[in-house]
Amino acid sequence: MKQFKSFVIKEFCQIFRDKRTLLILLAMPLILVFLLGYAIKTEINDARIAVFDPSKDVETQRIKERFQASEYFTLAGELVEAGQINDVFKYGDIDMVLVFSGNFAEELLHGGEAAVQLIADATDPNQAAMLTGYASGVLADCQAELLEQYGVPFQIGTEIRMLYNPQSESAYNFVPGVMGLVLMLICAMMTSVAIVREKETGTMEVLLASPMKPVHIILSKMAPYFTLSVANIVTILLLAVFVMGVPVRGSLFWLAVASVLFIFVALALGLLISTLVSKQMAALLISGIGLMMPTLVFSGLIFPIESMPDALRWISNLIPARWYISAVRKIMIEGVGVQCYLEELGIIALMALVLMAAAWKNFKVRLA
Amino acid sequence: MENKVIYTEQLTKCFGDFVAVDHISFEVGRGEIFGFLGANGAGKTTAMRMLCGLSRPTSGKGRVAGFDITSQAEKVKRHIGYMSQKFSLYEDLKVGENLRLFGGIYGMGRKELALKSEEMLRGLGFWEERDTLVKALPLGWKQKLAFSVSIFHEPDVVFLDEPTGGVDPVTRRQFWELIYRAADRGITVFVTTHYMDEAEYCDRVSMMVDGKIEALDTPQNLRARFRAASMDEVFRQLARKATRDDN
Repeated sequence: MKQFKSFVIKEFCQIFRDKRTLLILLAMPLILVFLLGYAIKTEINDARIAVFDPSKDVETQRIKERFQASEYFTLAGELVEAGQINDVFKYGDIDMVLVFSGNFAEELLHGGEAAVQLIADATDPNQAAMLTGYASGVLADCQAELLEQYGVPFQIGTEIRMLYNPQSESAYNFVPGVMGLVLMLICAMMTSVAIVREKETGTMEVLLASPMKPVHIILSKMAPYFTLSVANIVTILLLAVFVMGVPVRGSLFWLAVASVLFIFVALALGLLISTLVSKQMAALLISGIGLMMPTLVFSGLIFPIESMPDALRWISNLIPARWYISAVRKIMIEGVGVQCYLEELGIIALMALVLMAAAWKNFKVRLA
Repeated sequence: MENKVIYTEQLTKCFGDFVAVDHISFEVGRGEIFGFLGANGAGKTTAMRMLCGLSRPTSGKGRVAGFDITSQAEKVKRHIGYMSQKFSLYEDLKVGENLRLFGGIYGMGRKELALKSEEMLRGLGFWEERDTLVKALPLGWKQKLAFSVSIFHEPDVVFLDEPTGGVDPVTRRQFWELIYRAADRGITVFVTTHYMDEAEYCDRVSMMVDGKIEALDTPQNLRARFRAASMDEVFRQLARKATRDDN
């Protein structure tokens, strides 16, 4: 225990001595939060929409066909009752729901006006705004067609409802992404560099020749970065809630669980990288290109995963941050119950286990 | 218990087909300064790593400080000091912080640590530098400090892997005085070196060629046996037989 304590003290000493790195580590989350606060352009392809059509008449059929024909949308299903609307969003496989009024054709042809409601998942506000925009365009086309056919200006009223993020604040969207990115950076990149630095300077040999157990060396290397990343998560959350006005709707407890699991994944990745290379520069490059880039690209932080080709979408499943960010979105912004993100938690936990085992095994092999 | 602090029997290490250390057997007594010489790639570092418990022997036996290096590696580590080829203190920590770390690793209490640190730093004339970052010290000082740290916990044996690389002759001389002082206190010194003049300072010297120990004796006897004027000549005669590359 005394060994462990003196070693952890030494690690903190080294981190606090390197003022510039420390400043970057602590200031980076702030900068990222403010930078990414600006909207980033996204595009939509084949968004999956579901339809709730209690009317089932010629006119609703015509509109549905219009949507089906559009390159932007795919009709993914018909809902039987209104209560299903929330469910399809919670499980995340539908991007927008189209709701027709009860007697659509009658209201339209005899009353001259009928209503369509567009309900979109606004946890990704850019995407939601774009979807409803495109959908309104499709509806306007239908209206023009009706005018040509009947010579009477029928009105299709569209009502847009943004679920989960009614003000479409894009801050909501990127906060989970920044959390994933920062954790990956601090835990994986910094841990791998810190361990490899000991190898490079030759101090690792001295430590291994000392009575200090290898597992203690690793744990005490991880401890400071663990602390640092917890501090960063708290900073980001405070900033999100009090400056950006992002709510934390779901349970803080599960948010903490998801974060700790993800920190384990990142630490294990850092350790794994440190066993593979012997130069700090290599560790930096591998974690930079091998971890940060995919995290940035596949996490849905910049490009919506929905508009990626199938192959890339499949690859995104292998990126731990994608699952973490998805879980955090559900917890923070949608505020849904734990059963809706159990899948994400399970996958992160599994990744943590597998990576820890692989890293530890590799570390042992290097010693022999 | 016994006077043999290091003892090996047919110690061997293979990496695949390559036999890095080839059945070496030798003994080193308490308080002895044992020079472990050989060209680059002769297997010195590998042999030393096995004795320190950093690497498992492929076959053969070895005991250090009375413990088996294969089955009791953890106990071996408690009774040895090690100074690596590369500089082995933390450059971004202060002198005092380095001492605190290594003291802590070897389980020293706070009082003992403070007492021993002061005694050691005063002995070296480094007391004024206790709050200096190690990287600000000249290389010679760092190496003296690293050596003192490696025997800080009074080990039975200290392993020095080319401790004086890149240091001027005066500082090397001073470094060797520290080694003599440690040996007088009963600490066995196991040292590898490139400098053949340093070989003359050792009580006994072994010469490794291609993973085998080709000669092992006092510097005097070796010179006589090879009819050489210096250890340098002894070394060159033996190294000529080497078939391995310098790498």
